[in-house]
Amino acid sequence: MKNKSLISIHDITRDDYDTILDLAEQFEKNPRQSILENFVVATLFFEPSTRTRLSFESAASYLGAKIVGFTDAATSSVKKGESLKDTILTVSNYSDLIIMRHPNEGSARYASEVSPVPIINAGDGANQHPTQCLLDLYSIRKTQKKLDNLHVAFVGDLKYGRTVHSLVQALTNYNTTFHLVSPVELKLPSSVKQYIKNKNLKYFQYTEMDEVISEVDILYMTRIQQERFSDPLEYERVKNVYILKNNMLDNAKRNLRVLHPLPRVNEITEDVDSNPMAYYFQQAKNGVYVRQALLSIILDVKPATK
Amino acid sequence: MAKQEKRKELKVSAIENGTVIDHIPPQSVFQVINILRLDKVRNTIMVGTHFESKKYGTKGVIKISNKYFESEEINKIALVAPTATLIVIKDYTVVYKAQVEIPNHINKIVKCINPNCITNWENIPTKFTVLDRDDLRLHCTYCEKYTKKENFKFI
Repeated sequence: MKNKSLISIHDITRDDYDTILDLAEQFEKNPRQSILENFVVATLFFEPSTRTRLSFESAASYLGAKIVGFTDAATSSVKKGESLKDTILTVSNYSDLIIMRHPNEGSARYASEVSPVPIINAGDGANQHPTQCLLDLYSIRKTQKKLDNLHVAFVGDLKYGRTVHSLVQALTNYNTTFHLVSPVELKLPSSVKQYIKNKNLKYFQYTEMDEVISEVDILYMTRIQQERFSDPLEYERVKNVYILKNNMLDNAKRNLRVLHPLPRVNEITEDVDSNPMAYYFQQAKNGVYVRQALLSIILDVKPATK
Repeated sequence: MAKQEKRKELKVSAIENGTVIDHIPPQSVFQVINILRLDKVRNTIMVGTHFESKKYGTKGVIKISNKYFESEEINKIALVAPTATLIVIKDYTVVYKAQVEIPNHINKIVKCINPNCITNWENIPTKFTVLDRDDLRLHCTYCEKYTKKENFKFI
């Protein structure tokens, strides 16, 4: 992966996952080290995503890199009608690596074809957001001490959730049993289920989450958005079914952890936050270590050995 | 018999050197012209359609004098004319004849079905990998979405 772009989880092999996660573990132990002092990293956010941008900028800053870029296409020359190619070629003159977020699917792959410096995809429309997937895997491995043979439940919008699709695909490398909880209208697309079938793994589909919680090691919650429903009445009917409350975790396995890509709205009630099973804020923190690992691999700079 | 042969020749005259594309489904003739960008070449071209065909009922034929195609290029027409036959003529003699085959990669000629794909927003040529030749689908290199045969739109 040295000097290469990271665009899609389809570019990542199981060996790559191990390398990245192992290295992220090292950065978690020692996140502040000035190994990227002489590097400039660009963050090009053609659409705003404060959380993702801050995580990347924090990762780069702790390693001593300088950051240039824009946070919103409205404040850049994109607004003047500059093509994506021109923006990328220009910024590649000013930086060693480009982290980009863009509203159009495929934009990151295209950028990686024209850019002389590596690109990290921080989200291209509804398509890919590989660093989210990696931080999810890291969080699962860290809390369960392994990735193999786990029972993982996904709850909420499984149809449009890009995060869910990527993580399901990544987990098919690890003999996972999938528990898919969603309203009928928001079921996991058959194209994603195909990845599970291709590996002959088990999956179960539910419309309610009660029966699932005691079965699983990871409960991955997602937000259900009203605009995803063709029928507003259907939304009203299901919107309270997929809310996790603290007492629902009473019969859970002790090792269960609740993950959520954030932002949360109301799908996890606040009384869950103090439950030791709640892991979503640490999950976000893990994103910094995973991104540090990626910067170090791609820029080919090894972390300091203690 | 001789009379019939003669009548055939009057319909479409033979070429000395060049390429003949035979057995094109009549409704695809103009798409084939587009895909091969024949409107841009200066060679002598004969186009005919709705000829009788023993095999397919009716067919279209295109004859291009003094032009030969790379197989990757000619195979693109298999997307719209899977029955087409490629015939290479040298000195009035058939030196090569084969049915077109769908290539592994399709670039520039089909639009991606995903309206949010970057290729539909900026001036970027499309790129696809061909999947499932039986139930033809194209996988977009950029947005990773699938475009099915019934949704093909040609650029």
